[in-house]
Amino acid sequence: MMLDPVELSRLQWAWVITWHILLPAFTVGLASYIAVLEGLYFFTGREVFFRLSGFWTRIFAVSFGMGVVSGIIMPFQFGTNWSRFTDATADVLSPMMAYEGLMAFFLEASFLGVLLFGRRLVPAWAHFFAALMVAFGTLLSAFWILATNSWMQTPQGYQMVDGRFVPADWFAIVFNPSFPYRLVHNVTGFYITTAFVVMGVGAWLLRRGRAVEDSRMMIRMALDLLIVIVPLQIFFGDQHGLNTLEYQPAKVAAIEGRYDTAAPAPLTLFGIPDDRAGTMRYAVDVPVIGSLILTHSWNGTVKGLKEWPPDQWPPVALPFFAFRIMVGIGLIMLGVAIAGQVLQLRGRLWDSVWFLRLCQLVAPLGFIAVVCGWITTEVGRQPWTVYGLVRTADSVTPSLTSTDVALSLALYVIVYLVMFPTGIAFMAGLVRRGPQQQDSETARVESGRSNRPFEDAVRAGPDS
Amino acid sequence: MVLDLVPLWTFLLALAVFYYVVFDGFDLGVGMLYGFAPGEEARSTVMNSIAPVWDGNETWLVFGGLGLLAAFPLAFTIIIPAVYFPILIMLLALVFRGVAFEFRFKHAGVRRFWDRAFWVGSAVATFAQGVVLGAFIQGFKAEGRHFTGTSFDWVTPFALLTGIALMFGYGLLGACWLVLKTEGDLQEWARRAARLCLIGVLVAIVAVSIWTPLEHPDIARRWFTWPNIGFLAPVPVITALIAVGEWYALTHRQELTPFLGAVGLFLMSFIGIAISLWPMIVPYHYTLWEAASSSSTQAFLLIGTLFLLPVILMYTAWSYWVFRGKVRGDLGYH
Repeated sequence: MMLDPVELSRLQWAWVITWHILLPAFTVGLASYIAVLEGLYFFTGREVFFRLSGFWTRIFAVSFGMGVVSGIIMPFQFGTNWSRFTDATADVLSPMMAYEGLMAFFLEASFLGVLLFGRRLVPAWAHFFAALMVAFGTLLSAFWILATNSWMQTPQGYQMVDGRFVPADWFAIVFNPSFPYRLVHNVTGFYITTAFVVMGVGAWLLRRGRAVEDSRMMIRMALDLLIVIVPLQIFFGDQHGLNTLEYQPAKVAAIEGRYDTAAPAPLTLFGIPDDRAGTMRYAVDVPVIGSLILTHSWNGTVKGLKEWPPDQWPPVALPFFAFRIMVGIGLIMLGVAIAGQVLQLRGRLWDSVWFLRLCQLVAPLGFIAVVCGWITTEVGRQPWTVYGLVRTADSVTPSLTSTDVALSLALYVIVYLVMFPTGIAFMAGLVRRGPQQQDSETARVESGRSNRPFEDAVRAGPDS
Repeated sequence: MVLDLVPLWTFLLALAVFYYVVFDGFDLGVGMLYGFAPGEEARSTVMNSIAPVWDGNETWLVFGGLGLLAAFPLAFTIIIPAVYFPILIMLLALVFRGVAFEFRFKHAGVRRFWDRAFWVGSAVATFAQGVVLGAFIQGFKAEGRHFTGTSFDWVTPFALLTGIALMFGYGLLGACWLVLKTEGDLQEWARRAARLCLIGVLVAIVAVSIWTPLEHPDIARRWFTWPNIGFLAPVPVITALIAVGEWYALTHRQELTPFLGAVGLFLMSFIGIAISLWPMIVPYHYTLWEAASSSSTQAFLLIGTLFLLPVILMYTAWSYWVFRGKVRGDLGYH
């Protein structure tokens, strides 16, 4: 069977956005971490914070650069593959996307250069300020792009004129109903992702007996953050889910794997969804808990997909499984965070080799959780691009043939499979090198005041 | 009465596109010349001449794309599908070229691969942009609000000509940039390269200037009827004068003048195309006003742009100031 241009365009979009989202998932949290390190160094003057900030800033520069390069691709996708969607929504969505681009560049151009190369050129407070602004800038980027995405999920503040969305109230457009929940849930997820990477890198260095003070500081800081934000994230996720239940009940039905309405509804732990038959095969159910989670009552009604005509159903399998993976990872993360705190309170954190190994093992889990969360919300939005108003099938560029999109998708696959592994290997090289064991007096190779983020990272790299 | 923001957005978009063409133009040109530079040391100087600035230049492509989308969405949704493959090829070439810049310093073993990726990527991206320009001048098939041609409509002799023309054009900008930034033998080599590119550019300008009015009677009427011919005659005359001056500058010991002359040639070509197509943004279908987004959209984005754009421009000017003068050995990649 030949895939049609809609399916192929969706695959292409999924391919370029999934690689791209890995970078903000890391850089948003890392920028804030660097700002905290810079702040601690500014106020306490302890060298360990100085070394850690330098170490992570070099890694930040590489991932930020890759984020920019893969991000340039994204706005053009709207024109090449989704021109009918773009035509309908541009008046509302394009300024928000433009703000994202403008602010990302604003931050890159002005403050990242200072952060990377300016330690000697500007006073200490200005360097700290630059770190704060970079962190603020990454959050602003997340703000605008998630506002855009949320509007597609829960559109409001517009008027329809000749089949196109025209802005009526910008405040309502930006602060649409799902936006606050999505923003908080995403940014917290990004912070958790970064914290687990930091902890994993600390554990790796510590097990090799390298940079002991630095790695212990990394692990301790990550653990202290995680014990607060992992439980919070579970709460935020629940709130986000309730918001989805209110505005996108069909998406929740897909997540729950619920075809038939039930009161009280069980919680389906596992099963094989069958959209054609409209039933969950081999379901493993826990009675009543489904109602309890979704309605916070013992016998609340949970709507099944059959409340809607089948042409408005999202495909169940992807959101169903992706959601379970995300929640499973969340529970593992909670366990790791609690175990770490217990070990720390007993003073046995540094001798527990098994725990350090565990930290290394779970380091990449945040990325998987972010991607799974993204799949849950995006596939759950189907079959719409603008929820309930514009169908995905009516969004694609009319002039495209299957061959056109198959060709472009193949090229994106090839180029990304060269670019991303090389970039990740490059960052791994920086990690292997570890924090430089120099203090602030003797360090800093900053003779060439380049504003190229990669460049110093390269110059400080293992083979130079 | 709502204020008409279309002229202002037209100006801002024209500024962004021209800025992009000149600035990423010279570093794409330098990228292409890199493949021909004599010797390892010269190559490294060539690369260092753009190391601190190229990625800032490239970001203007995003401004151009998003600006077109936000201010003239109808143009975006018709033009971009029509040049699906040139855009794809351009983006991938730019990605490859960008990462080649970073990765070629990592291992000597794969260096040759990334070296080639760098100059081939620059050439391919430039050619693709020239094709987009050619397709734009030729116009698009559209009905209602959609492009109705095929994804290969851009394959025409004219678009291939403009593709090659732009390679000479960016080559000229790049060579003139090297004249400005280098000394000695390398500078002399850059002058020769610039003269070669200049000949290519002039041939291309003449070819496009003859071909376009022959194919589009409306454009011929605009340029060659009285009294327009009187008002517009300065455009070709000034272009010719700049061309003569450019040749003089490249055969004498001038350093900054060749670059300014090259920018002047681009500016005159830009003005020429604008005169031919005005007021169309989707050539031969929609005017700037017909393709514009709602005034609320344009106003909402304008507020932030008027604040951020000057800051970005000032920062950019400052970073060029920091790296002024000849390429120094202790700066950039080693």
